[in-house]
Amino acid sequence: MPDNSKSLMIQTTDLTKRFGRFTAVDKLNLSIEKGEIFGFLGANGAGKTTAIRMLCGLLKPTSGTAVVADCDITHQSEQLKTRIGYMSQRFALYEDLTVKENVLFYSGIYQVETSRALSVAEELLSEMGIDLGSKALTSSLPLGFKQRLALTCSLLHDPRLLFLDEPTSGVDPQARRAFWNVINRLAEKGKTVIVTTHFMDEAEYCHRVVIMQEGKAIALGEPAVLKNEHSVPNMQQLFLKLVS
Amino acid sequence: MQDIIQVRDIMHQYGDKTALEKISLQVSQGEIHGLIGPDSAGKTTLMRILCGLLNIQSGTVSVFDLDVSKKFKEIRSRLGYMPQRFSLYQDLSVEENLLFFARLFSVTVQERNQRLPELYAFSRLEQFKSRRAGALSGGMKQKLALSCALVHRPELLILDEPTYGVDPVSRQEFWQMLKSIQKGGTSILVSTPYMDEAELCDRVTLIYNGKVLASDTPTKIKANWNKVVFRVTSPEMKELEPELVKIIEIESCQRFGNELHLVLQADEAASIINQLETRFDEYMPMLEQIQPGMEDIYLSYMQAVQHKEPSHAG
Amino acid sequence: MKSNRIPAIMLKEANHILRDPRTLLIVVLMPIVQLIMFGYAMNMEIRNLRMAVFDYSHTPTSRELVNDFSASGKFQVSYPNLPEDSINQLFFSRKYEAVLLIPKGFAEELNRLKKTDVQLLIDASDPNAATLIRSYCTSVIGRYNQLEKYSPIDVRTNILYNPDMRSAYFFVPGLIAMILVMVSALLTSIAITREKELGTLEQILVSPIRSHEIVIGKVLPYIILALLDALFILTVGMTLFGVPFRGSFPLFLGFTLLYVLAALSLGLLVSTVAQTQQVAMMMALTMTMLPTIMLSGFIFPIASMPKLLQLFTYIVPAKYYLQIIRGIMLKGNNLTQLLQPMLALIIMTVVMLAVAVKRFSLRLK
Repeated sequence: MPDNSKSLMIQTTDLTKRFGRFTAVDKLNLSIEKGEIFGFLGANGAGKTTAIRMLCGLLKPTSGTAVVADCDITHQSEQLKTRIGYMSQRFALYEDLTVKENVLFYSGIYQVETSRALSVAEELLSEMGIDLGSKALTSSLPLGFKQRLALTCSLLHDPRLLFLDEPTSGVDPQARRAFWNVINRLAEKGKTVIVTTHFMDEAEYCHRVVIMQEGKAIALGEPAVLKNEHSVPNMQQLFLKLVS
Repeated sequence: MQDIIQVRDIMHQYGDKTALEKISLQVSQGEIHGLIGPDSAGKTTLMRILCGLLNIQSGTVSVFDLDVSKKFKEIRSRLGYMPQRFSLYQDLSVEENLLFFARLFSVTVQERNQRLPELYAFSRLEQFKSRRAGALSGGMKQKLALSCALVHRPELLILDEPTYGVDPVSRQEFWQMLKSIQKGGTSILVSTPYMDEAELCDRVTLIYNGKVLASDTPTKIKANWNKVVFRVTSPEMKELEPELVKIIEIESCQRFGNELHLVLQADEAASIINQLETRFDEYMPMLEQIQPGMEDIYLSYMQAVQHKEPSHAG
Repeated sequence: MKSNRIPAIMLKEANHILRDPRTLLIVVLMPIVQLIMFGYAMNMEIRNLRMAVFDYSHTPTSRELVNDFSASGKFQVSYPNLPEDSINQLFFSRKYEAVLLIPKGFAEELNRLKKTDVQLLIDASDPNAATLIRSYCTSVIGRYNQLEKYSPIDVRTNILYNPDMRSAYFFVPGLIAMILVMVSALLTSIAITREKELGTLEQILVSPIRSHEIVIGKVLPYIILALLDALFILTVGMTLFGVPFRGSFPLFLGFTLLYVLAALSLGLLVSTVAQTQQVAMMMALTMTMLPTIMLSGFIFPIASMPKLLQLFTYIVPAKYYLQIIRGIMLKGNNLTQLLQPMLALIIMTVVMLAVAVKRFSLRLK
């Protein structure tokens, strides 16, 4: 890999998306470094989902540019997709498949060798006590297991960048903390993690966050610094203070 | 204070799955009582039993001092229930939904004409009166569902995860609505998976795997917890964290972005902190005691329960 | 890079099918129920029609004609002792389906002029039955004319391919056409919209997969399923109802595959428009079942439809497929004789598939 600006994983320049007359994302400028856990916070309709979809190559921007994992999102979305992993809030697993069938399916989609995929899965699932050989269908697993399985499926192809959409809403605190420990380890190994959420306690796990409102970034920085600046005890208070 | 809900030793099983294991709790007249626990903790089952929607398998439940298993019809006419997720008619307008529930509870026309403007005023839904419920935003849907549960002026409101998936601003507005309902004299039992909402309740019951972990005011729950939380920051976090994880006196060491939170036994805390400061001087750690969150407390009680009965891991 | 993502999708889809008892039930139970319904309940032959005869001729000649009616086995003849103006009463009381009036001068006129008239009154409140009764009567009288050499024109009707007018001969091909279009269009559209609803489609779309890979991978298992279903109906039809198979079997398979492709493209098209399984199901059903039953020539002859509806039948794939398989099964047609409907099916498939793949965008709206 040439040049040294490569410590940046995401760089957006005036990234904008309009749907008709409605501007969902308005001139977003962000630089996210390799190894960062970065949070997109905002209410519904604030533009975070649209922003993420553009960064994943699912939506074309109306104007502006973004380079994600060394790919231009407008022209290199195919290549971009091989470098990112995506885990959605609804844990987009096939509930009528077994754990192993889900893993094999995603390894097929991402063209990962079966043996490699299974060993990645083994490593990520064993500590949760999930047995890959189990005949049980995914629908019968507790929420925390499903969440871990969804994470596993999005990591099979060893992406440089991982998108998490409200990854731990509703799961028990133990599963949640275990999940974030995995995420922390991934970040230490150099993976960049982007989190979108409107649950402010998830925001506490991020290195840096951006708070969006009406398509614009209204605050950007480390949670602790932002909390200090506005002298509030937690992210929830900060958010309510900034948004209202 | 009088108890409006009394639950004693309730068990409930679905097939061979135990949803509730000897649960007891009391909700006092006029309070907002939070039922706090993650998905599948047993919150919905308990609420359904309170409304007489599920048969009581063992134990006793009384609401308004009436036995739920016998008097559930009378109880239902005096309580308002808002089920999990959005349960209104998406293809009816806001007003049609409200009118439907008014008729369902046989609210008289005069009373209805007086009630509806009140509900509009406090839900701020008046301007969306003719909009289809399905076209409302998540937060507005929840406000409408709440309004529908209030049409017949219930003495007790039972709300099952009303703020699930609702954004923070709407959540705050929703809680403000609950406070004003409470001022009107209605008692409220509300369930939530979000630990931070505990602080908004008068009393809370922490529930996990069908068991009660603790039940009291948030302040007392915190005061009775025999542990403390310290925040650690350091310029050499990467080196410091693995060292701290190894120390067995530290009950939990959790990374939150750029900081670590340590949970320590309250009586040992001072000496441990002293030791840490000297031992890891080279990493220049900043240690500072912080208020525990409800999640910290829930987690530690939850782990205590798991220790007592080594549970199923797969 | 050569793509191997199709098998991944296929395998998963096959698992979905095998795990979902409802799908299997639709695929297996529906043909059985329909075969029984059409085979036993919807019998197009009528026997024991009650016919009232008013014979004012009272001659051996007239009695001979009446005898021919009862001898045909279709009619139960009786002579009600009633005045002629009470015929309406007979129909109102539903005692008779038909009335035969033989005028006074019947035998004389027939002897003199070699031709005469009789009057036949039919209760057409059930038009299908009425049509059948008329054709039975025409054939009885025709035979009578022929035997007695009365008629100046000798009408010889020769019914080809299905000489006994057996219903099974037409409903088995019709059922194959209908069930294939339902299985293919309905199940594929549901399979895709289900992923939309669950959010799994979004999960796949963020991967480097291409839209044709998703489409092909999802559709292939249903092709196999539909073909198996076609063979199943065919076997039951042949063994239970004695439907003949006069043409080439490979040809039948080839055309069935083509038809299934057309139906699948329709299903895909539906799934690009519908956002929920419910909508997809409604759309697929109205777009396949109704036209296939009403407008394909399955039950109602296209030639007897109003012009506007006839135009509409040109876009019903089942119309062409029915021409083809009736041709193969009953007439033993070969490929060259079926080129025209084949071309029509190919054009429809290509157009629908092109639109569907184009609409099945890899990016979200």
